[in-house]
Amino acid sequence: MLFRTNPSSGVPIYLQLMEQVKHGIETGALRPGEQLPGIRPLAEELVINPNTVAKAYRELEHEGVIELRHGAGAFVSAAVRGKKGTDNLRAGQSIVAAAVEKLRGRGVTDEEIRRLFEAELAGLRTTGGHGG
Amino acid sequence: MADAFVIETSGLRKHYGPGGQIEALRGLDLHVPPGSIHGFLGRNGAGKTTAIKVLLGMARPTSGEARVFGLAAHVQDASVEIRRRTGFVSDDKDLYDYMTVAEMIRFTSPFFPRWRRDLEERYLRKFELPLDRKVKALSRGMRTKLALLLALCRGAELLILDEPTSGLDPAMTEEVLQALVAHVAGEEMTVFFSSHQIAEVEQIADRVTIIDRGRAVVTGALDDLKESFRRVQLVFEGDAPDATFRTPGVARVRRKGRVLSVLSSAGAEALVDEARRLNPLSVDVAPVTLKEIFLETVTVEE
Repeated sequence: MLFRTNPSSGVPIYLQLMEQVKHGIETGALRPGEQLPGIRPLAEELVINPNTVAKAYRELEHEGVIELRHGAGAFVSAAVRGKKGTDNLRAGQSIVAAAVEKLRGRGVTDEEIRRLFEAELAGLRTTGGHGG
Repeated sequence: MADAFVIETSGLRKHYGPGGQIEALRGLDLHVPPGSIHGFLGRNGAGKTTAIKVLLGMARPTSGEARVFGLAAHVQDASVEIRRRTGFVSDDKDLYDYMTVAEMIRFTSPFFPRWRRDLEERYLRKFELPLDRKVKALSRGMRTKLALLLALCRGAELLILDEPTSGLDPAMTEEVLQALVAHVAGEEMTVFFSSHQIAEVEQIADRVTIIDRGRAVVTGALDDLKESFRRVQLVFEGDAPDATFRTPGVARVRRKGRVLSVLSSAGAEALVDEARRLNPLSVDVAPVTLKEIFLETVTVEE
């Protein structure tokens, strides 16, 4: 599993890492029980703050996605997301892929698409069409 | 006063020049907890170097107080103790030009009883420093690496770096940042580094203070800043109204044609609720990068 982070994004680096671990699990790149890179080697590889990696791992453990075994490192939880969840996600992925493709076809830029998703998730729909 | 903070300043002022009319620091508050990599971000001339000099007891504050390890930096004995426990790399990398790399190391190490021979060997190898070369014949990048080695090996609890990567190419910058990250991961220590390079602060810092005209204008955990700053953009049918917002945390409002752009330092929810009452055509929320936060909070001369 290859991690990549973009420090200049508005999204905190620890959240980027968390997303990548979850995504890796959903796509099968990371399997239940598999060991994740240690905090220090990963921080050195990505040239990011070790506290940031530690924070991502802590949050992932809190969410039950990974297990931190003292002295041994971080492992993907054995009981991580059942098949139903994976299927749901896979279905969701193709819905999103189709939507993104459609939007691109209409000439909407990726940056605009990202903002549309973010606004939708935050419950802020365009208020268009009011009479006034 | 417990060691809740490795570095703590309150209301720090420093005036220079005849009559003290140059105000380098104008009430600077700093709080650096242990174990963090703290980025000290500001434009050239914002007061970064002056602040660092005060912390190390190399300049006396006009008023206010600076404490490092809980020790008062303006007291002679205490500042000696501070410098003994701190690795410092100045902007001009104080090295003796007439010495070779090996001599520079042999000259420096006896001053520090906790000198780490193991780290010395590791960084000599890692940085590929030529032992026999005279300091004056070193490239800028090599000078930086040597200064960094001398600071890292003294077994310090705190590292203070003044613009450590200034003048380095991107590859060399990455190497220096990597050495810092690796060092912090291996040792219990705190790093305080000044920079005007937003990208490198974003990359390795977990806490950041933005200094502008001698005062801290933004400070906190980088993650918290990124999670709490939001830009809300409102589009109107006609010209955007000249609105003022009562929601706390509104840092900046810009009006241009039909668009009103509002920067919030306290999330978007409350602000969006208030903004809706203006009846905009659309409301758009976007995350904000550190670069935007920086540009919106520091003073730009016209």
